[in-house]
Amino acid sequence: MKLVEHFHTGLDAPICLTWELTYACNLACEHCLSSSGRRDPRELSTAECKAVIDELQRMQVFYVNIGGGEPTVRPDFWELLDYAIDHQVGVKFSTNGVRITPDRATQLAATDYVDIQISLDGATAEVNDAVRGPGSFDMAWRAMENLAEAGFTGFKISVVMTRHNVSQLDEFKAIADRFNAQLRITRLRPSGRGADVWDELHPTHEQQLRIYEWLLDNGEQVLTGDSFFHLNALGSTPLPGLNLCGAGRVVCLIDPIGDVYACPFAIHDEFLAGNVRDSGGFKSVWRSSELFARLRQPQTGGACSSCSAYDSCQGGCMAAKFFTGLPLDGPDPECVKGNAESALALVGAGGGQPPKPDKDHSRTGARRAPVSLGLPTVRVPDRPCDTSPLAGR
Amino acid sequence: MACAVSTERAGAETGWDPRRPYRLSPTVSLRPEPFGALVYDFTTRRLSFLKTLALVRVVKELAANPDVYGALAAAEVPAAENQRYLDALAGLLSAGTIQPRENVREWA
Repeated sequence: MKLVEHFHTGLDAPICLTWELTYACNLACEHCLSSSGRRDPRELSTAECKAVIDELQRMQVFYVNIGGGEPTVRPDFWELLDYAIDHQVGVKFSTNGVRITPDRATQLAATDYVDIQISLDGATAEVNDAVRGPGSFDMAWRAMENLAEAGFTGFKISVVMTRHNVSQLDEFKAIADRFNAQLRITRLRPSGRGADVWDELHPTHEQQLRIYEWLLDNGEQVLTGDSFFHLNALGSTPLPGLNLCGAGRVVCLIDPIGDVYACPFAIHDEFLAGNVRDSGGFKSVWRSSELFARLRQPQTGGACSSCSAYDSCQGGCMAAKFFTGLPLDGPDPECVKGNAESALALVGAGGGQPPKPDKDHSRTGARRAPVSLGLPTVRVPDRPCDTSPLAGR
Repeated sequence: MACAVSTERAGAETGWDPRRPYRLSPTVSLRPEPFGALVYDFTTRRLSFLKTLALVRVVKELAANPDVYGALAAAEVPAAENQRYLDALAGLLSAGTIQPRENVREWA
């Protein structure tokens, strides 16, 4: 049995565990995969988070990817970070930079086993702020300057590829080089609020080809979270990384209230495996949930099985299919062979509606205006109420 | 997630000598899995794999044996497969997963 086949059937513990500590966020990105904004009152307490860390240590989950929301707005964030590191659970956390002050950067630079991922979705303020909100580019830039000045090298700059920033790939690389950081690019998913902007923002077919070729040219210097494997059908050279959907097999998500989902892009009841508060805790969810057992069964190619490219793309991303209303055993909505187009045309036209994200923590219920470059959408200012992520700091 | 280690890599430049003692590097952890083990280096943050259960046994036996041949025997690796395992161990040495033991002061 080849190694990758073991990954299909699942491991004793996840390799890549994402843990979103809070749904609270100071930003309101148009494409937020977790529809974050407001803190959920059921959020795991500090003690409960520490109990999860203890369990991860026992399961030898060597590191977690912490995100949110904006994880650093949790008042106990730094305490939990230290607790994880002291318990042999390394941390990589994603942040928009709001709390990465010069002092904090200095402290982080002196800490082993911590890595930082700064989210940036445009190489210019114009492109970035149209998606992430006014001022977010400058905030991320200051955080990167603070990290670089503190001597924190090799932090990650994490970019979600959209129709507006594919042309900036070289600029992103230059920014990473300038800060002695590493570029990480990932695929946009129609998850959370991403479903609302998917049609406007997901890369065109020509841009997908550009991403694929650019990744081949830039090799392993650029991280991808192995998220572009659906592009492997574009050529004979596979992109570096695991060519499979790891959901429930090597990947999963713990959300702020302890719910365990098959992957970070699948926050929906359909992919809910259990909760860390259940008896047996996370370990029992990972090892015995029915959903995960099903995901670890051999998958058939379904409508894709007759396609010559199936071996290279594996049918693409489960979450992308689900949230665009496509069958899970058919082509990815961004199928590079164009095989999803007829199915997509049926969605909403007698072929059923795409499922809506059912866990919305957005701060405003109002539907946003279209993403318009250069004209950042005006948002309701944060108020110091109890649901504001910045309250109680 | 980068699958960093190719266990086929040669370790000539690292002074690989299976007649000497080795051990798992102190910054490296092994997590048992059905196929072998996950290997995580807390310093380099690199994740890699030991692809057979026998290789996991060999790596664990290194610290208790005066040389690599002793570890292979203790792990019950068939003689015909020794070379394959020696090559894999040379790769683990150049990746920093294992390291020579003689400079380490050992307390009984």
